[in-house]
Amino acid sequence: MDTAQQELTAAEQKTGIELSGSQAVLEALIAEGTDVIFGYPGGAIMPIYDALYDYNDKLNHILVRHEQGGIHAGQGYARASGKVGVVFATSGPGATNLVTGLADAQIDSTPLVCITGQVFAHLLGTDAFQETDVINITTPVTKWNYQVTDATEIPEVLAKAFYIAKSGRPGPVLIDITKNAQFQKFEYKGYTPCKHIRSYRPKPIVRREYVEEAARLINSAKKPFILWGQGVLLGSAEQEFKTFVEKSGIPAAWTILGAGAIPTTHPLNVGMLGMHGNYGPNVLTNECDVLIAIGMRFDDRVTGRLDKYAKQAKVIHFDIDPAEIDKNVQTTVQVWGDCKETLPILTELIEQKQHTEWLAKFNEFTRQEVEAVIKDELFPSSEELTMGEVIQQVNELTNGEAIIVTDVGQHQMVACRYAKFNNTRSNITSGGLGTMGFSLPAAIGAKFGAPDKEVIAVIGDGGVQMTIQELGTIMQFNVGVKILILNNQFLGMVRQWQELFNDRRYSFVNITSPNFVKVAEGYNIPGQSVNDRESLKSALKTMIEHDGSYLLEVMVTKENNVFPMVPQGCSVSEIRLS
Amino acid sequence: MTTHIPNPEKQEYNITVYTENQIGLLTRIAIIFSRRKINIESLNTSPSEIDSIHRFNIVITESENVVSKVCRQIEKQVEVLKVYYNTNEDVIWQEMALYKVPTDEIAEKAIVERLLRENGARAVVIRHDYTVFETTGHREETDALIHKLQPYGLIEFVRSARVMIIKDSEGFNRKLREFESQEPGHEVVENEYLNSADKVFTM
Ligand SMILES: Cc1ncc(C[n+]2csc(CCOP(=O)(O)OP(=O)(O)O)c2C)c(N)n1
Repeated sequence: MDTAQQELTAAEQKTGIELSGSQAVLEALIAEGTDVIFGYPGGAIMPIYDALYDYNDKLNHILVRHEQGGIHAGQGYARASGKVGVVFATSGPGATNLVTGLADAQIDSTPLVCITGQVFAHLLGTDAFQETDVINITTPVTKWNYQVTDATEIPEVLAKAFYIAKSGRPGPVLIDITKNAQFQKFEYKGYTPCKHIRSYRPKPIVRREYVEEAARLINSAKKPFILWGQGVLLGSAEQEFKTFVEKSGIPAAWTILGAGAIPTTHPLNVGMLGMHGNYGPNVLTNECDVLIAIGMRFDDRVTGRLDKYAKQAKVIHFDIDPAEIDKNVQTTVQVWGDCKETLPILTELIEQKQHTEWLAKFNEFTRQEVEAVIKDELFPSSEELTMGEVIQQVNELTNGEAIIVTDVGQHQMVACRYAKFNNTRSNITSGGLGTMGFSLPAAIGAKFGAPDKEVIAVIGDGGVQMTIQELGTIMQFNVGVKILILNNQFLGMVRQWQELFNDRRYSFVNITSPNFVKVAEGYNIPGQSVNDRESLKSALKTMIEHDGSYLLEVMVTKENNVFPMVPQGCSVSEIRLS
Repeated sequence: MTTHIPNPEKQEYNITVYTENQIGLLTRIAIIFSRRKINIESLNTSPSEIDSIHRFNIVITESENVVSKVCRQIEKQVEVLKVYYNTNEDVIWQEMALYKVPTDEIAEKAIVERLLRENGARAVVIRHDYTVFETTGHREETDALIHKLQPYGLIEFVRSARVMIIKDSEGFNRKLREFESQEPGHEVVENEYLNSADKVFTM
């Protein structure tokens, strides 16, 4: 690794070498192994951009088209690679444009370090040009934030920023640097990564007795059920998790952020949880005797009505964040800690079993769901295309090896339900915040995070229009993402709710779109639009085989609904098939 | 129309938070309450016996269920060292109040003298025009004196936040000192430029 720290001689480390605050920022990024920065310049961050001019060979900066695009790209990068996403923005409007992405990263535990420029320190509080109080605006949506007014703080503050962003339960960090500190020259003495902060416990200490208690419950369970979430991915514990599942023989279902930790086709993977999850996992949540939750947070989209959620079951909750335990669901056994550490202890303690009859129950529900919902969605008899059959074709062409980056709405639920995920970190979606406009920029980031993977952005006709300007980023930097727009000519998910719960009073869900193929063409991105079954497969094949970015619009049936569905305010066992 | 759902489990809780001394941390803690629309009834923050470690005392009226969750959220903050919550039975607490009254009024009336003595008040300042009394106690006690001094021309009144000591806090001081000696805290970096605006050239 080519870092300034290594370039410094022992003598220089003592006396220091003269660097500007801006240079120190870039040295920190290099030392942290940052391979890409997503950013947008402006007045208050100009010194950093000026320094970047000389670091062009060491740091890859991608100029996005909007700071929201920049931060979503940072998220996509982090989610695909497991590394920290780095984002630059200027003060004022640049910084406020980050807020949606920060909130998204906070609720989905995505490690980010965002660096914003700020007006000169002496101007703080004077309503100076492009001054906003970004620290206070972002406090609720960051794991940590800090304002630097003096350059000498920069190495240590950035080291802390990276450490906090990626350790424990990851999250976004924002560092606001006043312009004077970016200019300020100081004696730089090298960069020391942070490994410890005295007030911060990233991981609770694992208490073996609780794991033992969990194992006892699991060993005596007749109908145990595993729910897993993104914690398994964030803890890089996929292997440990798989070993546990296989030894225990317990059926396991996932939250949308947990998808891919074990392959879709794994015999013990019984499907997706939640409002549009699979039939069996929802119904049988209210029938299991021991519920084992691993690295998930019982979001209301997963639990439905809480007072009717798994009341019959003893609940074991594994989580790295003690604040999540007992937050929504009362546990019988709580196991605090990193699941990479707790799962192997648990696996050791449990008996090897097969829950054949219990598993058969899940399979029976699957059969019913296939009959009532899935068959028609994946292999429709109607003339018009469904979203499900598009995803099904994608599966066949990519064989479950692609990274699918979805936006928010019906297509998101359909993609999560039907896409085949062979690998971890291959389902990237805005889960907790449900941010429309996430997919296109996040896909750009994902491609940088996993350059060898096929990255397919699956987006609705509504959501794509929220961040469509990022086609410019794709054009300028030749980002080879595939853009698959599922166009139902509606804000489909809202329309579905209006149909089901508001007597079909379609209030402002009818959305018109530009000619997406022409728009793409304007950005030098080839594409086509299809609306029939005959062309679908070859169009998808063309898209996937195309070397470089490609946009494919698929016109799908207008008023399809995503089922099954747990209506809001209902219990998971009241899930509807139609 | 709002429906009021009375919650019989609600009672006063005293939250003690040990933190680093860090600009912005007050906001980070305060928004954990405001986000849930919980009213902070009293908030005291000041350095603990260790300069670099601050101690917050926060009083809210909530159910234990809510309080315990809020405390976990506070403890999760990077710069928070430790959080405790206690009912009023578990703590010894005091509030301090200051009362400013016209000196001539009270000097005339010997009755005031007795009244102050009964309420454990003492004079902090006596000038020819006004006198400032101080009393320390529970809310009802400091309240009582307001009412009593009202007829004698009370000019100004102020009450501090609640400070409290946890009855069952064996070893707090020792642990804090050990913690600090193992790894001393940092000094706060403040903005050194606010008063030098005219000396700086900017664009
Ligand atoms: C930024 C933002 N605004 C509004 C919403 C509310 N919302 C959720 S889904 C949805 C409709 C999405 O429509 P579209 O992108 O066409 O996808 P579809 O549901 O049709 O697949 C809306 C408006 C949201 N999630 N995010």
